[in-house]
Amino acid sequence: MCLAVPVRVVEIEGQVARVELGGVLREISLVLTPDAQVGDYVLIHTGFAISVLDEEEAQETLRLFAELEAAEALLDKEASDTETADA
Amino acid sequence: MTYIQGFRNPAAARHLIERIHALGDAAPMRVMEFCGGHTHAIMRYGLREALAPAVELLSGPGCPVCVSASADIDQAIGLSLRPGVTVATFGDMIRVPGSDTSLQGARAQGGDVRVVYSALDSLELARKLPQRQIVMLGIGFETTAPTIAATVAQARAEGLGNWSVYSMHKLTDPAMRAILDAGEVRLDGVLGPGHVAAITGWQAWEFLPREYGVPCAVSGFEPTDILQAILALVESRREGAPRVINAYGRGVTPGGNAVAQGLMAQVFRVAPAAWRGIGLIPASGLDLAESYAEWDARRRFDLPDVAEGPLDAEAALGCRCGEVLRGVTLPPECPLFGGACTPAHPVGPCMVSAEGACAAHHRYGRSAA
Repeated sequence: MCLAVPVRVVEIEGQVARVELGGVLREISLVLTPDAQVGDYVLIHTGFAISVLDEEEAQETLRLFAELEAAEALLDKEASDTETADA
Repeated sequence: MTYIQGFRNPAAARHLIERIHALGDAAPMRVMEFCGGHTHAIMRYGLREALAPAVELLSGPGCPVCVSASADIDQAIGLSLRPGVTVATFGDMIRVPGSDTSLQGARAQGGDVRVVYSALDSLELARKLPQRQIVMLGIGFETTAPTIAATVAQARAEGLGNWSVYSMHKLTDPAMRAILDAGEVRLDGVLGPGHVAAITGWQAWEFLPREYGVPCAVSGFEPTDILQAILALVESRREGAPRVINAYGRGVTPGGNAVAQGLMAQVFRVAPAAWRGIGLIPASGLDLAESYAEWDARRRFDLPDVAEGPLDAEAALGCRCGEVLRGVTLPPECPLFGGACTPAHPVGPCMVSAEGACAAHHRYGRSAA
């Protein structure tokens, strides 16, 4: 029930926004998030935007994950290099 | 799609799981995920098994259709069978059993039940079918209640006389308190519902550390969101200073959505509510405010209070959904699980909704076929 998905606002007309959801354009209500702008990502729930996503916060987390991924790849490479050297 | 795929990063998930195990104590940390959406994601991504034995995850009451009282479903069924009345509902509700049948069963008996994606779609029905009375079933917690409030306000602005709402809305914090006050389960942490908190703000969960000494991490719904939140809870236990951690920074602010809160305060009034599996909880539901009484289906159709009606008719059949909703019993521990009760033939509501704990365990759990 509390399912909400992030979508990007493509167009705004009054209190209605067009968003891209699964490759199709859909109209949603901005009554609960009147400050949403074109280009913002919003969380939509039963046809309403309920929150404008904080892009900076999201990017910071994703940067951290990318670093972890790079560190893991490096460790894997070192491990396989060691194995090769042992062999 | 970065907002979804980026938060399913397997390397990050592995790292977070390792950290949780490294920091875990000998005794497992018992964490309740309040929200059924979290239960679904935890089962889908195998996080229960991945985190054992450091963390033991328990499902909570955060599945709105699961906690809707049988008597409420019975009233909705009764409305759908009245001549000239159409009941509009979110799809999750349609198969939830009442005392004798479900809304789907009512349809087979000639009841008019329509599934809508948004409450606004029910307004459109009212405009198109002026000769019929449209009753929207208002279900859900603070995430959904503002969308219904906005729809009620719109109905009033348009002067729609053939639309009303049957409110079964419930508030999350009284249910959390009721579970902790009952003392049936001991919790070391709570995974806070991210989309409820998008509306209420994470500060609304400060009562957990302040009054119960239990840390709470507000979480998003992707696997790394949940793992980050659980890691924060494990760290909080080590620090010995319980607090609320906002692990869903991209979607949740301290104070939440003020516009949504304002609309809820305008349209609803806080009232006692009957919770399936828990019982009557004071000040835990939302009825329509006096100034919106005209759009209240209970008053329009002169319906009785459900407080005296059956809460969970399925309990008589041996269904342990109530215990599952209170975190006391795990779904596979119910004698009906997977035998007499399956998603195709559910006995209790926890087996109906995708986010019901029994349905999630049946679909993704170790015992799943």
